[in-house]
Amino acid sequence: MIRFLLDQELVELDHTTPDLTVLDWLRIHRHRTGTKEGCGSGDCGACTVVVVSVGKSPTGESRLEHHAINSCITFVGALHGKQLLTVESLATHDVLHPVQQCMVDEHGSQCGFCTPGFVMSLYALYQRPEDTTTLKASVEQALGGNLCRCTGYRPIIQAAERALDIRALAIDASVTGGSSEKDNALMSTLQSLNEEPARIIGFYQPDSLPAFANYLVDNPDARILAGGTDLALEVTQQMRELPSIVSLNAVAELKKTVVTDTYVELGAAVTLTDCMQLLQGWIPGAHELLLRFGSDQVRNQGTVGGNIGSASPIGDLPPLLIALDATITVQRSDQTRTLALQDHYLGYRQTTLQLGEFIHSVHIPLPAPTSHFSVHKISKRCDDDISSVCLAIHLPIKDGVVHDCRLAFGGMAATPVRATKAEGALNGKPLSQTSVNAAKQAIAQELTPMSDARASATYRSQVAANLIQRVLLEVQSV
Amino acid sequence: MSIAGSAQVHDSAIGHVTGSAQYVDDLEPSKDQLHVAIGQATIAHGAMVSMDLTDVRSSDGVVDVMTFADLPHESDIGPVFKGDPLLVDEIIEFMGQPVFVVAARSHRQARQAVLKAKINYSESAPQLDLAQSIEQSFFVRPAHRMQRGTSADALAASAHRLQGEIHIGGQEHFYLEGQVARARPEEEGGITVWSSNQNPTETQHLLAHVLGVPMHRVNVIVRRMGGGFGGKETHATACAAFSALFAQRQGVSVSCRLSRRDDMVMTGKRHGFLNRYDVGFDNDGRISGIEYVLAGQCGNSPDLSDAIVDRAMFHCDNAYYLPDVTIDGLRCKTHTVSNTAFRGFGGPQGMMAMEAVIDAIAFHLGKDPLEVRRHNFYGKTTRNITPYHQKVETFTVPELFDQLEKSSEYQARRSAIREFNRSNTVMKKGIAMTPVKFGISFTVKHLNQAGALIHIYSDGSVQLNHGGTEMGQGLMVKVQQIAAQELGMSLERIAVMATRTDKVPNTSATAASSGTDLNGMAALKAAKTLRERLENYLMTRHDVDASGITFSNDSVTIVSGDDKSIVYTWPELADAAYRDRIQLSATGYYQTPKIYYDRAEARGQPFYYFANGAAVSEVQIDTLTGETQLLRTDILQDVGTSINPAIDKGQIEGGFIQGAGWLTHEELCWDDKGRLTTDGPATYKIPAISDMPHEFYVELLKDSPNEEATIFHSKAVGEPPLMLAMSVFAAIRDAIASLANYSVCPVLNAPATPEEVLRVCTLMIERSTECDTSNNESRR
Repeated sequence: MIRFLLDQELVELDHTTPDLTVLDWLRIHRHRTGTKEGCGSGDCGACTVVVVSVGKSPTGESRLEHHAINSCITFVGALHGKQLLTVESLATHDVLHPVQQCMVDEHGSQCGFCTPGFVMSLYALYQRPEDTTTLKASVEQALGGNLCRCTGYRPIIQAAERALDIRALAIDASVTGGSSEKDNALMSTLQSLNEEPARIIGFYQPDSLPAFANYLVDNPDARILAGGTDLALEVTQQMRELPSIVSLNAVAELKKTVVTDTYVELGAAVTLTDCMQLLQGWIPGAHELLLRFGSDQVRNQGTVGGNIGSASPIGDLPPLLIALDATITVQRSDQTRTLALQDHYLGYRQTTLQLGEFIHSVHIPLPAPTSHFSVHKISKRCDDDISSVCLAIHLPIKDGVVHDCRLAFGGMAATPVRATKAEGALNGKPLSQTSVNAAKQAIAQELTPMSDARASATYRSQVAANLIQRVLLEVQSV
Repeated sequence: MSIAGSAQVHDSAIGHVTGSAQYVDDLEPSKDQLHVAIGQATIAHGAMVSMDLTDVRSSDGVVDVMTFADLPHESDIGPVFKGDPLLVDEIIEFMGQPVFVVAARSHRQARQAVLKAKINYSESAPQLDLAQSIEQSFFVRPAHRMQRGTSADALAASAHRLQGEIHIGGQEHFYLEGQVARARPEEEGGITVWSSNQNPTETQHLLAHVLGVPMHRVNVIVRRMGGGFGGKETHATACAAFSALFAQRQGVSVSCRLSRRDDMVMTGKRHGFLNRYDVGFDNDGRISGIEYVLAGQCGNSPDLSDAIVDRAMFHCDNAYYLPDVTIDGLRCKTHTVSNTAFRGFGGPQGMMAMEAVIDAIAFHLGKDPLEVRRHNFYGKTTRNITPYHQKVETFTVPELFDQLEKSSEYQARRSAIREFNRSNTVMKKGIAMTPVKFGISFTVKHLNQAGALIHIYSDGSVQLNHGGTEMGQGLMVKVQQIAAQELGMSLERIAVMATRTDKVPNTSATAASSGTDLNGMAALKAAKTLRERLENYLMTRHDVDASGITFSNDSVTIVSGDDKSIVYTWPELADAAYRDRIQLSATGYYQTPKIYYDRAEARGQPFYYFANGAAVSEVQIDTLTGETQLLRTDILQDVGTSINPAIDKGQIEGGFIQGAGWLTHEELCWDDKGRLTTDGPATYKIPAISDMPHEFYVELLKDSPNEEATIFHSKAVGEPPLMLAMSVFAAIRDAIASLANYSVCPVLNAPATPEEVLRVCTLMIERSTECDTSNNESRR
């Protein structure tokens, strides 16, 4: 049974195809058509809905969390134990929610087709616990995954800011702090829905690591569902059927995070949103990189393990992790093995992962404070675009000399790769125009990228070399 | 405050934000409804040798399959000229061309089924390159020439002369709602079609031929579109036709909705252009003669390309007087999807050539391009004849430039930018101010007409119908404001109705920025008729003359001779008039005056007036990666007397950003087989939120009523602001030019993607190094 709330209504699904998307369930099965399909691939945000779940505050108290997600690439099973809110959920008795009213007042809609998605992204922002100043600074981040072809965005930003002002007034006016009774009731409802793991024919979301590991051994053909932002495209774009899905999202061990002075460890099911917050302040440039990784909707679902496991040559985490010499732990049944991430990639979308195996966690050594570490993402568009080239560079500098540097590229080969010849050109010397020139030449020799719709091979090679130049400028400017 | 002229919100705003505004795919499905998917050619050019659809027919949920042989009547849906077969008979003209269609129980089943076709082709080499099509005169329509004076003589006598070319990429519409239609069979062979469609009458007309019924049996309904931008002017018909044909065959409702990928592959885009020029000018940069060859990439069929390339020709003067001029317009064929209308309709591509010429002149002479632009503006009394012999009136560009130069602090910022560029080696800034003069009217004369139909019911409530369609541009609320203004009514009293071919017949596409000009005027006339009828009725009933009757504040007040006043609410007045047998329904009809055009002679007044605007943009480029940031844009647009300043501002901002997307990161790519590789939002990048200028100032020109008798003296605003984005492109040129100390004009093609910017930066740096070397040598 898959059990979740649609608004306040308990929905129990027992007979449904495992690859049914939330969007199709809403539009076709429920004829609830406010949520729109713009692209079916999670790239436009028209289908944005909000999922409410029980999470933890920084102090460890249970609280409700509101996450905007793309319903077009979310399977209904992912809703288990959660509450689904759509654009129809917000207005009560013909009184619009402030984000809706401000969108009306500020002329934030023209054709209106993207509007429900914007409204839901804004609603998720409105529900976040941070203060007004923080949220106002997050408007562009919150809306980076929502495309509007009519307005040019200015009135939508204005609507967002006005709605946040109204929110600030409402918070000032409320006398009670903490969770309201209504919130507590909802939390206990959601917790009770979670008592049994989600399971229907073809979809299983076990709630313990052994259950997950054993299921995968017994059902090696089951597709692992992490965030699903890539997996679901097989259904919506390639029209395939996924008859057997096993989700790792209810396994607490796979969501574990450890942060110390010298390393960070992230469970495979940690979302990119959580990863982004965790790495901020620990790895220079990681937060900025992740801000440009997909969109809020994608980061709220996409996971660390998924980005590593899908083995795309243009995923943005692998270069960052390889430059830091990260290792991953892979598990099968109750056996684990650990290997350097760079050794995990064997060829285009090929990894060392065997049937029944899954990525358990990634261990990331932090750069020493004396090292130069930076990440550079180049894409056609700033928001929600895939890298044409991504470079992460780790330059330990001791007594003015570079030692054991690591350059990892995305978009330059069939897998994420290290530029070892370029590293060799930089090691053992002070960083200078001479050594950088040698590194640029080495890159031209060792990396032969391809041409595609994102960029030509010529451009990729030229930019890869120029990014080394940029690193020199950065180091010199310190 | 009067209702017309006020910033009313969009009539569907609350529906938009609550999700209750219905689009075609949101309509309640009927029992046994079928869903269509389209089987597509997988080669760009060649012949179909065999087609085995056995597995398609036996696929889950499939109810019916149609091929060319099953089309019962007309099989071509070309809107002006033939050339757009609904389904291919034999010859494939582009990859993605429809070869068969499937109707299944669900959308997903239909899409799964079409992938199971086995088709054999005899492949031919596709023509994919615009330059080659030019060379081989591979055209969909004959070339056309516009000429005034003797350009060859003028060029020969010029003090300076430059030749050059600019490639301008096309653009995917990326309306958020893809193409969609739903058809329901009606009695006696009739059909009702709900369609996301800018041109319901054209679709009605074509469906009548496709179905083999008179037009009176076909009713096309459009309440709203989730964006159109020209992409639903002719390319909405295919979905309507497939759903109608299956509805007729199966006797059930049928839905045809394209997935995003199918929409991007199978429907037309903005034309790419390759524009060449040869220009002569004097020491001040004033143009003495010019010859243009404008070549549009039309794709595989004519569609609207004749008019689109014509509009490029009409606009390759932009705001500048061209004394002796020859313009050749080529309609080039390639084996790609047939390109179609897109906001600006060729005008932007023509204007891009002109602005490239201006910058080339300015950098050649070492002048500020702003100065060269001013030198070449059309005059008020002399130097005011276009290449097609229309006198330029309603030309406010010089005023716009003067105001904007001051308000944007152009000169101070330009100096600061020069200083910045001297002290920064990697980041370079640029600034540019560009004008827009855009001709308003369909250049096909008979399209410049419109109708409206207004009903007042006996409770005083009103239904407003007209031939214009709502695609988000705010047409409905503007026309609602116009009717409310004329009748002195509140907006709430007037219901905006769906556009239906059974309410207002023989309408034109909502296109060419003409929606409000045409339909607003038609609605005004209908409202005027009703008002006059009611006035006459009240004059008789109360024995007063017209001066004693006021329609305002949502009521009608009658002041009689003894200064006693009687107030009618609308329910009271409507009920009284009904009981006294006054007709409470009226049509309105409008035809644009003054316009005429002799295409054979390329001479006349194709445009009723010109819409004007100006923009200044400042950019920063990264010379290591080619990435561009838009730092600031200031816009001043002349919308005449605005009917709704908020809606107009929305059109300006949205049009500008859409134009900026076209000229910067929206790039269409095909592989060497003719496959569109940018076939989804993951690879085709329309502007997202942080592509907005970091600072963005938009103003409407004050106190500038249209000198022509347009609706409340407003000016059209749909398309013109798109071309304000040329300021961004020219600013990028300015930034790149700094790399060679502004001594040459960078030959930058559109879109100026990071890759294109880096390519041209590299060329400029090489060139500058060569210059330095030769200078050093000469100094020695």
